Amino acid sequence: MNNTGLPIIVALLASTLRLATPLIFAALGGLFSEKSGVVNIGLEGMLTIGAFFAVYGSFKTNNPWIGIIFAVISGAAIAAVHAFLSIHLKADQTISGVAINIFAAAITSYLLMVLFNRQGQTDGVTPLYYPKEAMQSIPVIGKFLGELNWYVFIAIALVIVTNYIFYKTPLGLRIRAVGEHPKAADTLGIGVYGIRYLCVILSGALAGLGGASLSLSNTNLFREGMVSGKGFIAIAAMIFGNYKPFGALWACLIFALADAFQIVAQGLGWPFPTEFYSAIPFIITMIVLSGFVGKTVPPAADGIPYEKGEK
Amino acid sequence: MKKLLSIVLAVLVTASLFAGCGQQQQQQSQQQQQQQEQPKKIETSVKIGLATDEGGKGDKSFNDAAIAGLDKIASEYTVEPVILESKQNDQYEPNLKNLASANDLVFAVGFKMQDALTKVAKAYPDKKFAIIDSVVELPNVESICFKEEEGSFLMGVIAAKTSQTGKIGFVGGSDMPLIQKFEAGFIAGVKSVNPEAAKDLENRKNVKYANSFSDINKGYELAKSLYNSGCDVIYHAAGGVGLGVFNAAKEMKKWAIGVDSDQALTVPDAKDVILCSMLKRVDVGTYSASKDTIENKFQGGKTLILGLKEDGVGVSPTVNPAVQQSTLDLANKYKEAIVNGTIVVPSTLDDVKKFQPVEIK
Repeated sequence: MNNTGLPIIVALLASTLRLATPLIFAALGGLFSEKSGVVNIGLEGMLTIGAFFAVYGSFKTNNPWIGIIFAVISGAAIAAVHAFLSIHLKADQTISGVAINIFAAAITSYLLMVLFNRQGQTDGVTPLYYPKEAMQSIPVIGKFLGELNWYVFIAIALVIVTNYIFYKTPLGLRIRAVGEHPKAADTLGIGVYGIRYLCVILSGALAGLGGASLSLSNTNLFREGMVSGKGFIAIAAMIFGNYKPFGALWACLIFALADAFQIVAQGLGWPFPTEFYSAIPFIITMIVLSGFVGKTVPPAADGIPYEKGEK
Repeated sequence: MKKLLSIVLAVLVTASLFAGCGQQQQQQSQQQQQQQEQPKKIETSVKIGLATDEGGKGDKSFNDAAIAGLDKIASEYTVEPVILESKQNDQYEPNLKNLASANDLVFAVGFKMQDALTKVAKAYPDKKFAIIDSVVELPNVESICFKEEEGSFLMGVIAAKTSQTGKIGFVGGSDMPLIQKFEAGFIAGVKSVNPEAAKDLENRKNVKYANSFSDINKGYELAKSLYNSGCDVIYHAAGGVGLGVFNAAKEMKKWAIGVDSDQALTVPDAKDVILCSMLKRVDVGTYSASKDTIENKFQGGKTLILGLKEDGVGVSPTVNPAVQQSTLDLANKYKEAIVNGTIVVPSTLDDVKKFQPVEIK
């Protein structure tokens, strides 16, 4: 039992990145959907589904990478339902999202019974291996890298990729056009429905990956309720970051930093009640929201179903 | 809009159907098993129902222990207990009402159901009720409470004896009197063996609360933070959050202590890092209340307090080999001292500060 005490600042930063990772995935997912003009408040449910199927995939095959693929596919599948409801049937996207959140909680609870023959939580499965020792042997930043997991790197890479897609590729231009002014895009020959389907399904895939980062990283099991509102925080982060990938990244990091800070702060022995520490993330959020973020501008056609040929 | 509504409704209905048949299937299979195993049972017409809190069935802990008590009753008597899970606190009252309308004895598992049970028990004065972990003073309610502080005291003794760094941590679900009982007893136990290690627990430097009972990742982060600050043993009283504590313990090769049930058995992949668990015999509570009712000895209006003396709490049967026999012997001596009243274990944080440790060699 050797003591692996880390400098407090390193522990704090690593904890921030770990806590931010699922938020980043979900926020990026939300971005894709909203940029194309479909509101997605079903992220919480998609995280839940992803978290469950990640564990199931790893449980079945003993290979966590397969688990991640399961998570991505299941997230995409549930998002396809949302896409069908909100694009084809022109349903109220908020209601559809809420339904997905409720449905996800119920179906995972049911599948837990059917697939694991268990209730409440799964058994531990093979988690994603992270070469902690090898990372720690890297000079200077090794100790810090050793505290992370693969998802942290994937999440940050995806922020860069998403930013590139949105602002540097024709596809990104189309997505934004569909989200801002679908009629104009349609008249120019862009398939509004196709783009929206693609984006909503991608959004579910990313949220599914986020779910995997919750259940199959430093933890190795699924438990009902383990997502505990992270999908909603991701939505807040996305809006907070003004519907931009890097904005969302910073917002997620601020939320996570506040959370990581309150964990460390509990150990400082200040004479505050623990409720105060639990409130720290929200207090910081309010301060940042009131002072540092200007007006956020959602895509103009966000949440409005597109009707072909409507005047 | 109509289309959407119909689809949303269809989705919801299907989902709730799923949840429904899951329960039935399990109950049926359980009953079948029991019938096969125990062909001869004592006849009784008493019907028993139980409502879980949000932890639900399969929490491998508190609620499962409560259900285990009823399973035992069902193996001895011709009783088919009905179990309803409450996913949210607004389901407590409807669940309890449903159960009360069809059963003679209804269990409310968890202190959170206190208000709901008070209302329902008043509405059904001819039915019998029992509540775990809380006190409802009504003539038709039996309250079953545990002296968690006494069991936690023994965990404190074991933690303090096993720790090599002399730093010990505590992770709690939410900061309220019930969880503070665990914390207080644990600190008193540590204090009795290693007063130095208890200092950082008393000033709460090594005490962290998750403000949740299900956020595993939060538990992982809290535990990492504690282990990083030098703790090598953490006792958790935080339900599902504790699973994250075990994950952190595995990663950092440190120790953790489980709670409520024998967690080395219920969370087998963490058994190498679990020193032992504080058993809370909720099953003893539900079993004895059911038996009393069947035998017409129901103690309405009374509070049953189960401590070390009544075997309501204790050290789990599974103990990690890392715990030395001398440590267990010491824990046993402390247990005797508590049972015969030499040591009165504090149950609040204020009392811990006044607690004068008694050293037993």
